[in-house]
Amino acid sequence: MSILVIADHHNSDLIPVTANVVAAAKAIGGDIHLLVAGADCQAAAEAGAKLDGVSKVLVADNAAYANQLAENTAALVATLGKNYTHILTGATGNGKNFMPRIAALLDVEQISEIISVESADTFKRPIYAGNAIATVQSEDAIKVITVRGTSFDAVADTGSASVEAISEVTDAGLSSFVGEELAASDRPELTAAKVVVSGGRGVGSADKFDIIYKLADKLGGAVGATRAAVDAGYVANDLQVGQTGKIVAPQLYIAAGISGAIQHLAGMKDSKVIVAINKDEEAPIFQVADYGLVADLFDAVPELEGKL
Amino acid sequence: MKVLVAVKRVVDYNVKVRVKADQSDVDLTNVKMSMNPFCEIAVEEAVRLKEKGIATEVIAVSIGPKNAQEQLRTAMALGADRGILVETDEQLGSLAVAKILAKIAEEEQPQVILMGKQSIDTDNNQTTQMLAALAGFSQGAFAAELTVEDGKATVAREIDGGMQTIQINLPAVISADLRLNEPRYAKLPDIMKAKKKPMDTKTPADYGVETASKVKTLKVEPPAERSAGIKVGSVDELVDKLKNEAKVV
Ligand SMILES: Cc1cc2nc3c(=O)[nH]c(=O)nc-3n(C[C@H](O)[C@H](O)[C@H](O)COP(=O)(O)OP(=O)(O)OC[C@H]3O[C@@H](n4cnc5c(N)ncnc54)[C@H](O)[C@@H]3O)c2cc1C
Ligand SMILES: Nc1ncnc2c1ncn2[C@@H]1O[C@H](COP(=O)(O)O)[C@@H](O)[C@H]1O
Repeated sequence: MSILVIADHHNSDLIPVTANVVAAAKAIGGDIHLLVAGADCQAAAEAGAKLDGVSKVLVADNAAYANQLAENTAALVATLGKNYTHILTGATGNGKNFMPRIAALLDVEQISEIISVESADTFKRPIYAGNAIATVQSEDAIKVITVRGTSFDAVADTGSASVEAISEVTDAGLSSFVGEELAASDRPELTAAKVVVSGGRGVGSADKFDIIYKLADKLGGAVGATRAAVDAGYVANDLQVGQTGKIVAPQLYIAAGISGAIQHLAGMKDSKVIVAINKDEEAPIFQVADYGLVADLFDAVPELEGKL
Repeated sequence: MKVLVAVKRVVDYNVKVRVKADQSDVDLTNVKMSMNPFCEIAVEEAVRLKEKGIATEVIAVSIGPKNAQEQLRTAMALGADRGILVETDEQLGSLAVAKILAKIAEEEQPQVILMGKQSIDTDNNQTTQMLAALAGFSQGAFAAELTVEDGKATVAREIDGGMQTIQINLPAVISADLRLNEPRYAKLPDIMKAKKKPMDTKTPADYGVETASKVKTLKVEPPAERSAGIKVGSVDELVDKLKNEAKVV
């Protein structure tokens, strides 16, 4: 078996989920190569070379890959990928964007967002917003897979893989990067944070979200939100947790002013400890909460922040 | 220009599905079915392109059982001009769906194909990107804003850290994210009018697409249940539990 893992990175650094994806690759077993396709991405490649289990890092360092445009990344991997039995990447914004394009170019199916490796060809994945778990078996010659990072423990960075440059460059010429608006934050990244404090529609406004940020900062955690809170403009879209947002599984998840719709639960119910603060004692969020507090969040959240 | 929009019939988003006792699949008997919510957003965007005078015709396509006609009629009530139903009782994988849509794109020559970001049943999030690859088109996945002019589309996309804007050549395949627009509701007169709009019925074989999938579902199980928690009476009690019982703070 030979496995190609496509790194998720920001050129100057590797996104932590890559270490979780390598863990999934190790569970499949075989020789593992890591592809870093970017521009000025040597730093990401060096970080990748340290991931335990990776034997070789392939670096495609070219302006065509600077912004991970799907057309260019897919064209590269569709050629390179023919030498592998498995191609894996994280079920992240980037991975979800380019990976199905790679699968189609290779004329194989994609298996989306696996949560476990049963064998080299059999995997588990959630469907219906996590209300069912499917075990699927693939007979495709090349298995193209995205991996849910929170379901695999990251590998250590104790390795020392060789690093090899790839000279082949494809600019499909179909798309170009115009600009990016990235949320600047000193808080830990949502999907990797040990603590997540999320607010819902009950928080009421962007200003009032302040108490959520304060509690998160007290705990050194990240801030999350529901779709309703994002749609209402309380916070930016990249904080949405759920079926169609980010998947989180922190040690502690605090949900304030969140009803607990299945689409939200899909993104957080694998958290180790869940706390729910809601003034409606019938709110479905209490069914998944380890500790439920029926209270007004405007009293309870600041009080909790003060007492921690 | 023509705009193609793909709509999928799925379990309604309010339904909490249950797994069948024999673990072969989820149980969809007597369950409410609807248009995939992301497809509603795609239809809305297609109709807005027509209202802006950019699209001349909006064609809705669905691949699924006979009853997927209902979702096509809904799309037409919302403003699509005609429908194509590719009828099959099989549950096709995303690759087969993308292959059928690629053939339809070849026949209809749309400049823009609008899709949903994700089906809420399979949670695949694949078909848009696959179709773009098969047709050799550019892709704008997870669109939060779309402008079409001068043979190009500008797409603001939701990405992990915020928003990214790209410019892509037409023809393009674009998938709608949640905040692309707020879909309208169909009005009764439009629902009546939609009944008279043309709808073609085809089969996957008409497009020469092999539907058998190389990915087999061996088993479908319910997820692990969380054990029931407790209600605490005060913030003090909560702090105590978090410190001394759960030991997470
Ligand atoms: C296709 C699709 C995809 C979706 N994807 C997602 C997703 O990824 N993530 C997601 O979160 N949602 C998603 N949703 C939306 C989801 O269905 C719910 O609408 C949403 O999660 C509700 O958000 P909420 O809990 O903040 O709001 P509400 O359901 O309105 O709940 C607000 C809660 O706040 C409580 N409250 C109000 N005031 C106070 C107060 N002062 N103190 C304490 N409690 C208070 C209320 O009792 C209530 O329980 C999706 C929906 C669709 C159709
Ligand atoms: N059977 C289908 N019929 C029509 N459109 C589909 C079908 N399956 C997927 N799509 C389209 O592809 C989008 C993404 O679906 P998926 O890749 O299955 O998550 C959907 O929102 C639809 O626009």
